[in-house]
This record gives sequence, C-alpha cells and structure tokens, in this order.
Amino acid sequence: MGEMEQLRKEAESLKDDITAARKAVQDLTLQDHVAGTAVVGRVQLKTRKTLRGHLAKIYAMHWGTDSKLCVSASQDGKLIVWDSYTTNKVHAIPLKSSWVMTCSYAPSGNMVACGGLDNMCSIYNLKGKDGNVKVMRELAAHTGYLSCCRFLNDNEIITSSGDCTCVLWDIETGSQKTVFAGHLGDCMSLGVAPDFNTFISGACDFTAKLWDIRDGQCRQTFGGHESDINAIGFFPNGNAVITGSDDASCKLYDLRSDQELITYQDSSIMCGVTSIAPSLSGRLILAGYDDFNCNIWDSLKAERVGVLSGHDNRVSCIGVTPDGMACCTGSWDSFLKIWN
Amino acid sequence: MSGSSNIVAMKKIVQQLRFEANINRVKVSQAAAELQQFCIQNALQDPLLTGVSSSTNPFRTQKAFSCSCDISAGEKTKKTTAMMCN
Repeated sequence: MGEMEQLRKEAESLKDDITAARKAVQDLTLQDHVAGTAVVGRVQLKTRKTLRGHLAKIYAMHWGTDSKLCVSASQDGKLIVWDSYTTNKVHAIPLKSSWVMTCSYAPSGNMVACGGLDNMCSIYNLKGKDGNVKVMRELAAHTGYLSCCRFLNDNEIITSSGDCTCVLWDIETGSQKTVFAGHLGDCMSLGVAPDFNTFISGACDFTAKLWDIRDGQCRQTFGGHESDINAIGFFPNGNAVITGSDDASCKLYDLRSDQELITYQDSSIMCGVTSIAPSLSGRLILAGYDDFNCNIWDSLKAERVGVLSGHDNRVSCIGVTPDGMACCTGSWDSFLKIWN
Repeated sequence: MSGSSNIVAMKKIVQQLRFEANINRVKVSQAAAELQQFCIQNALQDPLLTGVSSSTNPFRTQKAFSCSCDISAGEKTKKTTAMMCN
C-alpha cells in the first residue's frame, strides 16, 4: 500500500474513532434532559431606535463594551460609531475601500477595526490627540477577503479570511503572531471566548473549529451543517458554540462533550442564516436570516418564540449588548434597529 | 514535488485528527444539565427574557411627558403618542 493510501485509511479510521467517542458519552440527549422544562413565553421585542445615516447595505455591526456605543460598516464606504441611546453619530469614518465586510469595537473603546475585499484589517484610533480619527495600522498578509475581525485588547486582534485561515496580529508591529490553518473553505466568521483563551471559527467547509489562541492548536472540529457556516458565537458560559448556516439551520455544539446537542430549524424557514447572537442568559438565540427577518429561538427547547420583523431587506448582522439590555440588527436596507 | 507535499499535508491532517480523537469528553447528561443550570441561574438578569420596564429602559423613546401607554411595533411620533395618551 502506498504511503498516501495508508494515511487516507488512517484518517478515515480516526474519524470513525471520533464518531464512536462522541456516541459513547451520549447517555442522554439535550431534548431528553429538558423534556420537563416549559418553553419560554412568546418574546415580543419592539424597535426602540432606528439608526439612520448609511447610504448603502450594512454588512456588520459590533457593540462597544459600554453597551451604549456601537460601530457599523456599510458598503457606502463608511464606518459609523453611534450613540445608540440618542441615535447621534459620534464618528463617521470614511474608508479607503468601500468593500467592507466586517467591523469590530475594541473592548477599551479606544479603537475600531474593519476590513473586506481589500484583504486587509484597518485599525482606526478613535482617541487621537487632535480629535480626528485616523488609520493607525493596516494589517496586510491575508490572500483573501477579510470576513470577520475581533479585538482581544488594544494590541491584539484576530481576523478570519476567505483565504481559509484566521490570524492573530500584533497591532503595534503589524505582524502575524499566529496563523490558524486547517479549514478547507473560506472562513466566514469568528467569536472569542468569554475568557479570551480560545476562539471559534465557522467556514465554507461546513465546519466550526475551536482554536487555542496562545499555542495555535485547533482543539476541536464540529461538523453537521450541510452548507457554509456564516455566523458563529459563544454561548455566554463559554462551554458551547452556536452557529448559523446557509442550510437554514442554527446549531448548538457543546465543547465539553464535543458534539452537536441541538438544531434550530423549521420547515417553513428555507433561507440562509446570516448572523447569530445569544441573549445574556443564553436562553434566547437571536438569528438573522436572508428573508429580512430575525427569529428568536428558545435555546433549550429549540422552538421559535419570537420574530423581529421591520427590515426591508436581508438582516446581515446582529448583536446583543454586553449588559443584555437590547439587541441591534443591521440590514441591507441601510438601517440599524435597536430592539428590546 | 507535488506528490510529497500532498503527503506532508495528509500527515498534518492525520496528526490533527489524532489530537482531536484523544480529547476528554464529558457525558452529555452533565453538559446538558450545566447548560440548563446556567440559563436558569441567569434568567432573571436577562432583560430580553424578562422584559424591560420603560422607566429603566435606556432605549425608551424620548417623550416630553411621562406616560405608561404601550407603544406598539415601531416608533411613533410625539404627535401620535400625545393623541394616544389624551
């Protein structure tokens, strides 16, 4: 047997081992465990604010840690930092490249970042001495589009790219500290764990991967989706991952038992999931879809308990404030809406 | 040679699979219990679940007068709110 053939057989055998090991701990399903729990009552959120100002499709939004300021990115070539309480625009930052796909607010509130078809992650300093917002660093090395970025702190940011890798950057030096390679398709989305030790990525190879930030190791890989994973996030206790896919479903994967526990889908939903976010307790999962709506799921019972309708085009991004007070939806209709 | 680089790539894949196969796995019953427990413990502090009263809602529509009428789907202008409340 040639070496390649031998390696292929070994790979298949290991995949079977993983499947068996996952089954071996499946003494109960999540559905069995919560059989006695009632579904949460109907959740009816109302639009409290509409943030108007972008002139084209909104592709991304991210809340600041103060739960008040948020940043949005639109293909009108602008990043806007909003005071969501008053709807005032705190900053309107013109971008070099209008083909932006992602944006992120640093936990400190000192910076924002964005990127897209320019294959770069541009870091902007919001607290410059003269009050002007300027590009602080352009992180260039990806050979594909920038799909998502998330700050760890003022000097480190993680990016995901259409080149199938994720990268941890040192912002000061502009260099790649770690390259996370392993996905076999475009990386579409990433989420950082609440303890900042790990992050998860969702990709067009239909899998989600959990990575150790410091040693670069991929610790776990989760399959099951039947199409691209567009959106990913951590369950608030850091022990589970939620994903949204073009296969019209969302899934919850538990990290400690290393398997999918539940799928959120409905035969009436036939369009892709674009964005996903959990509520503060994790009991509600809010997911944005291509059909202009956002569905609210009871995360334990996998039943739809609410809908956010109000956008006139695809919901492209969603975010729940760190204090859990509200959720924000951004859409191709150029508006952001704040709901609670 | 592309043949040997394929072998290198395949070796990496096998190495990664071996790593992933060897992790410790917790029983699903325990994992499920902890997920549910977390939800229950934090339910009362979850504003989207419990609802937000207008007095504590930082996103409430700014009004010139205070009123407890229910502003349904979407924002209403001050004029229509006044009509609703009087």
